[in-house]
Amino acid sequence: MVEALYNLFGVEGDFLYLLAIVAAVLAVVLPLLIAVAFTVYFDRKIWAAVQMRRGPNVVGPFGLLQSFADGLKLFLKETIIPAGANKVIFLIAPMITFTLALISWAVIPFDEGMAIADLNVGILYILAISSLGVYGIIMSGWASNSRYAFLGALRSAAQMVSYEVSIGFVLVCVLIAAGSLNLSDIVDAQAGSVLNWYFIPFFPIYIIFFISALAETNRPPFDLPEAEAELVAGYQVEYSSMAFALFFLGEYANILLMSAVMAILFFGGWHSPFPFLDFIPGFIWLFIKIAFGFWLFAMVKAFVPRYRYDQLMRLGWKVFLPLSLFFVVFYAAIYVYGGFLPTNS
Amino acid sequence: MELTLTDIIFYLFAATTLASGMLVISARNPVHSVLWLILAFFSAAGLFVLMGAEFLAMLLVVVYVGAVAVLFLFVVMMLDINFTELRQGMMQHMPLGVLIGLILLVELATLAFAWNFGDDVAKNAASPTPVDATVTNTEALGALLYTDYIFIFQTAGLILLVAMIGAIVLTHRDRTGVRRQNIGAQVRRKPDDAFDLVDVETGQGVTLPPKKG
Repeated sequence: MVEALYNLFGVEGDFLYLLAIVAAVLAVVLPLLIAVAFTVYFDRKIWAAVQMRRGPNVVGPFGLLQSFADGLKLFLKETIIPAGANKVIFLIAPMITFTLALISWAVIPFDEGMAIADLNVGILYILAISSLGVYGIIMSGWASNSRYAFLGALRSAAQMVSYEVSIGFVLVCVLIAAGSLNLSDIVDAQAGSVLNWYFIPFFPIYIIFFISALAETNRPPFDLPEAEAELVAGYQVEYSSMAFALFFLGEYANILLMSAVMAILFFGGWHSPFPFLDFIPGFIWLFIKIAFGFWLFAMVKAFVPRYRYDQLMRLGWKVFLPLSLFFVVFYAAIYVYGGFLPTNS
Repeated sequence: MELTLTDIIFYLFAATTLASGMLVISARNPVHSVLWLILAFFSAAGLFVLMGAEFLAMLLVVVYVGAVAVLFLFVVMMLDINFTELRQGMMQHMPLGVLIGLILLVELATLAFAWNFGDDVAKNAASPTPVDATVTNTEALGALLYTDYIFIFQTAGLILLVAMIGAIVLTHRDRTGVRRQNIGAQVRRKPDDAFDLVDVETGQGVTLPPKKG
């Protein structure tokens, strides 16, 4: 994507290459932020529909501009920094959360060759960045100098570290099948039709991945870090104005990212389900798949009650970890002894 | 010498690594120290990427930054340390610290400037490293680790496993009188096990049957 933009200039030079990179980043980030705004809206609409309410319907047609109004309101509010807070870390924490949520998108291939950076270790990069996400939360919890925030941050840190392990094993299963850490190669390994998509052979680990992704993004039923019934709002409790908005945007960007990763790993990324639908551009297919993934996230939020903290930990360590370990061995055995191993490398 | 973009990025990462390394030991607040340490790890990962060792860079971030440093941060945040008290012993331990530092410095200097390798050492030490630029370094690492060094690799894994089990055994306390949830038993429980329906006639009492589990 960067190369394509760079070639548009027709002249060579370091500075122009830098400019091409910036242009590519903007081409991903701006649509992403707009998508996040509408994602919040759809989340609220789906939630409302399940509970037979109307949801946001006042600002703009069908309430479509609600998120922008909310954003404007947060922008105009006063930034309050608690007197006992560690000011620098208090302000850096939401920025870290927001930045990390955005930079993972650098390796997501939107179409054939349409990724900002088509890394050979793309999937490890996503794992690495998502493992960094915990810092924004733990720093905010500590810097707020508040019991609620600190407890929420500790919970969240433990939760994210726990579920990353099973996500790692799920990724290993997919890697065995695809034979590459490169996200574009993983998508290409599922080319053809819907029958080649990995959610069919890997259905059990797809479920594990989906539930772990819920926990990783602190979504209900695993939203214990911000459980309002016991912790008010967890690590976000002392935040107001734009700092809060950054947390909020980062959270939804992460959810979209998890949906995108799910689409790439299990639903064939930019590929169409049937060959005769190939005329529709790839990024539209990816968009539809991300929307489907987000719909699942929203539905789970609407009808699953919140887990208790010890149950959450038990699920992560005593159920998902052994299960995902078993599936790594199981799929490795099938692929090795069944002779299905990819031979491209 | 012309400064290319890669050079600038290298100096940026290198300077960040060194500066945050310094700040780890000079920061007054231990939580700040850990945060600087994390930044040092992260910029070291950036240096790895510049060297073309992208797999190692990602592992560094996943393992050290994503897991080890989180636990560091956990411990440091939870501990209630009085730092003025800690600093009082500083001058007392200074000579020992300086001595160890000097020994390390001399050893490093020996290695760097005064060490002579035999002529054939390089040949003996050289592993069959795939130099082909077409092989990604993930594949190159795998091809080495799982072939020539498989036993050493497995041994390292076993040592880590033993260390893990050892840590669990050392810290595990078998507390009595703790009510634990047995989820299997809860799921197997049927309504019949839990309650009885009793028809009570007006004006009559009822004798409850003995409680069920």
